[in-house]
Amino acid sequence: MSKSAPTLSTAADLIGGFTMDVFERHLSSLPKAPAWWLERKRAAYARFAALPLPARTDEAWRFSNLSGINLSGFAPAERDPKPHPQDPADALAVAPVASLVFVNGRLSGGALPPPELVAKGVVISTLYEALAKHPDLLREHFMAQPQKLGSAKFAALHEAFVEDGAFIHVPKGVEIQKPIVVVHSVSGMATAVFPHTLVIAGDNARVSVVDHFTSADKHRHFACGANDLYAGHGSRIAYAAAQCWSHETLSLQFNSTVVRRDARVQSLNLHLGAKQARHESLSQLQAPGGFSEMLAVTVATGSREFDQRTLQIHQAPSTKSDLLYKNALLDKARTIFSGLIVVDPDAQKTDAYQSNRNLMLSDDAESNSLPGLEIQANDVRCTHGATSSRIDPEQEFYLKTRGIPQKAANELLIFGFFEEVLNRLEDDELHAALRTLIRTRIHL
Amino acid sequence: MSEITDSETLEAAPDNPVSGIDQSSGNFKYDMTYDFDAGTGLNERTVDYISSVKKEAAWLHDFRQSALKVFNSKPLPTHWATKDLENINFDKIRYYLSQGLKPKRTWDEVPADIKRTFERLGIPEQERKFLAGVEAQFDSEAAYSNIKEAVAKQGVIFMNSTEALREHPEIFRKYFGKVIPTGDNKFSALNSAVFSGGSFIYVPPGVKVSHPLQAYFRINAENFGQFERTLIIADEGSELTYMEGCTAPKFSTATLHSAVVELVALKGAKIQYITVQNWSSNVFNLVTKRGLAHDEAEIKWIDCNIGSRLTMKYPGVVLKGRKARGEVISIALANDGQHQDTGAKMVHAADETTSTVVSKSISVGQGRATYRGVVHIPRHLKGCKNNTECDALLINTNSRTDTYPAITVRGDRHAVQHEASVSKVSAEQIFYMQQRGLTEGQAMSLSVNGFVNDLARQFPMEYSVELKRLIDLEMEGSVG
Repeated sequence: MSKSAPTLSTAADLIGGFTMDVFERHLSSLPKAPAWWLERKRAAYARFAALPLPARTDEAWRFSNLSGINLSGFAPAERDPKPHPQDPADALAVAPVASLVFVNGRLSGGALPPPELVAKGVVISTLYEALAKHPDLLREHFMAQPQKLGSAKFAALHEAFVEDGAFIHVPKGVEIQKPIVVVHSVSGMATAVFPHTLVIAGDNARVSVVDHFTSADKHRHFACGANDLYAGHGSRIAYAAAQCWSHETLSLQFNSTVVRRDARVQSLNLHLGAKQARHESLSQLQAPGGFSEMLAVTVATGSREFDQRTLQIHQAPSTKSDLLYKNALLDKARTIFSGLIVVDPDAQKTDAYQSNRNLMLSDDAESNSLPGLEIQANDVRCTHGATSSRIDPEQEFYLKTRGIPQKAANELLIFGFFEEVLNRLEDDELHAALRTLIRTRIHL
Repeated sequence: MSEITDSETLEAAPDNPVSGIDQSSGNFKYDMTYDFDAGTGLNERTVDYISSVKKEAAWLHDFRQSALKVFNSKPLPTHWATKDLENINFDKIRYYLSQGLKPKRTWDEVPADIKRTFERLGIPEQERKFLAGVEAQFDSEAAYSNIKEAVAKQGVIFMNSTEALREHPEIFRKYFGKVIPTGDNKFSALNSAVFSGGSFIYVPPGVKVSHPLQAYFRINAENFGQFERTLIIADEGSELTYMEGCTAPKFSTATLHSAVVELVALKGAKIQYITVQNWSSNVFNLVTKRGLAHDEAEIKWIDCNIGSRLTMKYPGVVLKGRKARGEVISIALANDGQHQDTGAKMVHAADETTSTVVSKSISVGQGRATYRGVVHIPRHLKGCKNNTECDALLINTNSRTDTYPAITVRGDRHAVQHEASVSKVSAEQIFYMQQRGLTEGQAMSLSVNGFVNDLARQFPMEYSVELKRLIDLEMEGSVG
C-alpha cells in the first residue's frame, strides 16, 4: 500500500493568525480569572494548534469550500472598543425583558433584568461575572458537550480565545415569557470575535433567548462562536439566532443542545450574512419525553456559501426530534445541508424527523443535501426528506394573472416558503422581527 | 482435463440457524485440480501470468499493468466506508484459477465436477425453461456458454469477455473501460488489473431479445478472488434483459468478489440488469456497476443482495443523452454478521433526464443495512428529475440501518426529492395474522414479503419466487 500524500499544510496554515504570542497576549489582557479557567484555555489552545485543518477526505466537510477556511490574517479584537452605531436595517425589533450587548467580544451595554426576576434568582450576565459568582454552573456547562460535527479544532480555538459572552441561568420553576436579547457585534478590518451564549434552564423553568450577530462595518471579519443550551427536566427553551454578519465574514458557529426528561427546546437559526458560514448543531436527547425542534431559514445570495451540519442523537427511549431547514438560493449561492439522525441501541420509541427543502431561484445556485440516518433500535419512527426544486410554476402563473410583477411575486412566494418555519415560533413579535430582517436582505 | 477427486466436502450445518440458512443451496464445494493457477498474492508477475495464459494483445497487457499501479496507489476508502475493508488480505488471495479457457457449448462437454456444481444449482434446468442464453463461470473462466440459435441469428453476441476480446476486439475495445475508468475506485482498478471472465453482450440495432440472458457466477476455491468483467452494449432501439446470480461455499477464510459491469445503451435502447446476490457470509462483495444511457435510452438495475459478509455496491446510471432514464431498484437483506452497503448513483448529464431510486432494506438480528446514494445534477441543464425513496425495516431490537444520500442540484429548472423512512413490522399486522392461525414466524415472513412485494413483482417470475423463498428462510428463527 502506498503512503498517503504528504500534507501540504504547514504549521502556519494550521494556526493562521492565532500564534502562541497572540494567545499569550490575549491571556494577559483578560480580567482576573480563576486558575482553572486559564488552564482550560491553555489546554484548548494546545488542542487547536495540534489538530489538523479539515481535509478533502473528511466526510464532515464533504462539499465544503475548504479554501475559504483560512485563518491567516485575522487577529483578536483590540481592547477598549468604542460602542458603535448599529445599521438600522439590522436592528431587531423585539422588546426584550433584558439584553446584553457585546462589541468585539466585550460587554458594552444592555438592559438589566427587572428586579422581580433577579429576586427569583434569574441570572442574566456575562461569563466573567459567572466565573466569580457561579463557577460551579459554568464549569459544569461551559463547552461541556462533545464536538461531533467536524469542528473540534475551531471549537478549541473558540474556547482558547473567548473574551466574554452571555451567561443566562433560569432557576428551577421560574418562567420568563419575554425574550432575552443578546447582541454580538463586530467591527474593524480582519477582526476575530468569539461570541458565546450559554443558557441553563433549571427544572420546569421557561426562557426565551435571541442571539443577534451583526457587523458594524462591511469589513472582513472572522466569527467563531458557540452557544450551549441546557434544558433541565421539564423545562422549555425557545432559542432564536439571527446571523447578519457582514458579507465578507467567515463565520463558524457551534450549537449544542441538551434535552433532559420531558424538556422541550426549540431552536431557530436565521442565516442572512457572511461570505462563508458554517453552522453545526448538535441535539442530544438524554432522557425520556425530551423534544428538540431544530429550525433554520437561510437566504443564500451572491456567491455565499452556507454550510449547515446537524446531528440529532436519541440517547434515551421515547424522545422526539423534529428538524426543518429551508434554504432559498439566489444568484451564485451554494448551500450544504448535512444532517444525521442517530438512534442509539435501546432508544426505543424514538420519533425523529428531518427535512431539508431547497428553493432554487437561480440557474447558477447549487444545493447539496446529505440527509442521513443511523438507526440501531427497531421500534422507532424515523423519516427524512430532502427536496430541491424551483417555485411551483402554477403558483407563479396565478400571481402573474393577478397582475403582480415578477419580483414581487417571487418575494411573496419566498415568504410563503419560509412561513412554514417561522410559523413555528410562538412569539409573534419575534416572528415579525425576523420577517423584517429577511425582507431587508432579499434583493430580487 | 483435470482429475476429478471425488471428495465432496459439504460444510457442517452452521450453528446459527438464522445466519447460515440462506446459503444452504450454494454451500457445497468439490475438490478441484486447476490447470492454470496464478498463485497467491498480487504483483506484476501475477498480471503477466494472467495475460500470457489468455494470450492477450499487448495493449491489454499494458492496460492491466497500469491498472495495477493505480490499484497500489489508491488508499482504501475507509474515510467513508467501513473499516471491515482492512480485513481483506490482498496477499493471501488467489487471483486466477481455471481449467482451460474455452467454454463448452453443451452441458455434456462440461467436466463432470463442474457440471455437477451447476446442476445442483439448477442452472441447466432454468436454461431449458426460460432463458435465451446462459453463461456459467466457475472461478476465473466460463465453463459453459450457450445462446439459443434463434437469438444468435438476430445478430446478438453473447459470450464471455475472454472470448470476446479475441473474437470481437473492435467492439470490445471501443467501449471497454469507458463507462468505468480504471481509476474510478480502488476496486475497479483491481478488477482492471486481474479481470477474467464475465459476459460480453452486443445487441444489434432494433433487436428486442424476448427472453433474458443469464450469467451464473460460482466461486469454488478457498481464498479465491473472482474478478469478472461484464460489458453490455445495446445498440440503437434494442432491448435486453440480463440476469446474474452468484453463490459460493462457506469457507472459514474470506473470499473476494470484485466485478466491474459496464452497460452502454445507445439511442432509444433499453437494458434491464437483474442481480440476485446470494454469496456465502465470508465473501467481500465489492462491485462497481455503471451504465451509460444515450438519448431516450433506459437503463434499469434491479439489485437484490441477500448474502455476503460485506457488500458495497452502488449501481449507477450516467444519463448522457436527452430524455434518458435511469432506474435502480434495490432490495437488501442483512442478517447477523452481514453488512449490506448498497445504493445508487444517478449522474444527470443532459436535459430532461429522469431517474428513480427505490430501495428497501431489511435488517435481521444484528445485521446492518446501509443505503448510500449520489444524485448529481450539474450546471446549466434543464428539466431533470430525480425521485428517491428508501425504506428500511428493522426486525429485531438490535438491528441496524443507515441512510447516507448525497444530493447536489445546480440551477432552478429541476425537481429532486428524497424520502426515507425506518419502521418495524407492525404489531397489529402480526397480531391479526396470528389470530387467523399463522405462527408468529409465518406472520413475520408474510409481513416482510409484503414489504418488498411491490419491488419483487418487477422481477421475472422465477426470481421473485426465489426471493420469497430466501426471505422465508432468512426470517426463520428471527422472532422470539
